[in-house]
Amino acid sequence: MYIVKRILTMLLTIWVITTLTFIIMHSIPGDPFASDADVLPEEVLANMRAKFNLDEPLPVQYVLYLKDLAQFDLGPSIQSETRDVNTLIADGFPASAVLGLQSLVIALVFGLLLGIIAALNHNGILDYASMGFAILGISIPSFILAPLLINYFAVDWGMFPVASWGTWQHTILPSVALATAPLAIVARFMRSSMLEVMNQNYIKTADAKGLAITGIVIKHGIRNALIPVISFIGPLAAFLLTGTFVIEKIFAIPGIGKYFVDSIFNRDFPVILGTTIFFSTILIVTLFLVDISYRIVDPRIKLSSKGE
Amino acid sequence: MIEQKSDTLFRPVDRSRFENEKIVRPSISQWKDTTMKILKNKLAILGLILLIIISILAIIGPHLVPFNYSDQNLSGKNLAPNGEHWFGTDSLGRDMWARTWYGARISLTIGLAAAAIDLILGLLVGGISGYMAGRGKFGDRVDGFLMRIVEILYGIPYLLVVILLLVVMKPGLWTIIIALSITGWVGMARIVRGQILQLKEQEYVAAAEKLGTPHRRIIWRHLFPNMIGIIIVNLTFTIPQAIFAESFLSFIGLGVQAPIASWGTMANDALGVILTGQWWRLFFPGFMISLTMFAFNVFGDGLQDALDPQSKQ
Repeated sequence: MYIVKRILTMLLTIWVITTLTFIIMHSIPGDPFASDADVLPEEVLANMRAKFNLDEPLPVQYVLYLKDLAQFDLGPSIQSETRDVNTLIADGFPASAVLGLQSLVIALVFGLLLGIIAALNHNGILDYASMGFAILGISIPSFILAPLLINYFAVDWGMFPVASWGTWQHTILPSVALATAPLAIVARFMRSSMLEVMNQNYIKTADAKGLAITGIVIKHGIRNALIPVISFIGPLAAFLLTGTFVIEKIFAIPGIGKYFVDSIFNRDFPVILGTTIFFSTILIVTLFLVDISYRIVDPRIKLSSKGE
Repeated sequence: MIEQKSDTLFRPVDRSRFENEKIVRPSISQWKDTTMKILKNKLAILGLILLIIISILAIIGPHLVPFNYSDQNLSGKNLAPNGEHWFGTDSLGRDMWARTWYGARISLTIGLAAAAIDLILGLLVGGISGYMAGRGKFGDRVDGFLMRIVEILYGIPYLLVVILLLVVMKPGLWTIIIALSITGWVGMARIVRGQILQLKEQEYVAAAEKLGTPHRRIIWRHLFPNMIGIIIVNLTFTIPQAIFAESFLSFIGLGVQAPIASWGTMANDALGVILTGQWWRLFFPGFMISLTMFAFNVFGDGLQDALDPQSKQ
């Protein structure tokens, strides 16, 4: 029942996003053919408008678009004559996905590790060092960090390629730049969660029983401390998603973020709509999956919308 | 008979037994307690001092040099920091010191204004929603309706909305503030609603309600003072988020338009020359963004610890 309700809300959200984007997009001053208007004869322009349904009244365009969308067809791109929006996304998605997933893994693995070390070493040197690093990570934006990484690791020391995409080496610097801030947030989150758990009575009981400290930390400490951190993966995914815009620009990576920003400047309506819907869907589905897994991992949370 | 018996059975209590329950320490108000704890937190004080310095320099900084933020001087371009141009000049010969502190004004204005709008909208929507919840069918409906809006807005990646809005409206300071606020208040509304739902369950609120205290008095005397701490802490994290968002938007070319300087546009301008060794172009705006974020974050952390009643030493 809960899941059905959630899926309906998700569909509603996607529909609202589509409608809002459609309205906002068509109130943008400017015409996708503005640059061709002086060169091409009026008849050709009219033909091109007709091809993209731009000559129809807006409500008709809207219905036509929704019909296509229901069949997962995001329509043709105006700028690119040979590729439609589905192809554009299919082409850009692998790079963006590799970048995003790699950053997610880096942020989670090292963030959790740092948080656990800091918590176990509460008020010790390692604690201060990890939290100092975390504060720095949160304070330095990725678009400042990325040029610095390029300057030192790529140009001065020649350890990695400067920009572009292709081999595995190309993915390192962008992923690190993208992952640093979320890593720091995860570390802080994990530290406070871990500190709270290690003060619980069941930890003391386990200790009093004479269990080995590593067993206590891993079985009782980390497992329970992870639960609130899982709820953070949703916002984390959103963070990485927006981060890709800048990182893809700085490192000249052919991902979807680049198409999205370009399409806005080009007034390429179908691409704007398509990428917005695509991004939103990914984010909404991620939030949904995180919510579900959160409730599965912690059986104390009931699968219902009540008591939230 | 009975009177006689009661005389022997009941004796006056020895008053000295209550001495140990006497309140010896003067009572400390929450504000005093918070201030005392914050003053002990060196890092939080450092953050506060940094914020004050940055604010003062944002006000007087541009007036300390004889250059305007938009004055171009092509004979003195790409200069490294020196006695005349303290932060160097950019590729159009504009003084970086003037631009950096002028940019600080833009960034701080956006941060404060966006946070203020978030606060007002969040308090209003979260407050109404939380207060109406559980008050009959109508109340539940109002809460449900407002929460659906919040839920839908929460599911939309904020940057997409912001970017789309920036494209429709004329680029500029207020456009950015409005664009950031349209989605930004959702977080505050959720926090306020959660707080009110929790506080409403407290005995003192229930008691006040049973005694017929008017709604307005309950809200102002019981609900508001008890959540102001969490709201302030949330504000100290909202402001740097807005500053970060502005830099970010300016960086991808959707922020304030030239010749107006902001830390984000300056960092973006520097991207093209980073490999030519002109380190000051990226360093000063980048350092200022990082320093401001750092100051707000450590101050917010300190405030959070100080307001947490469980952290009494």
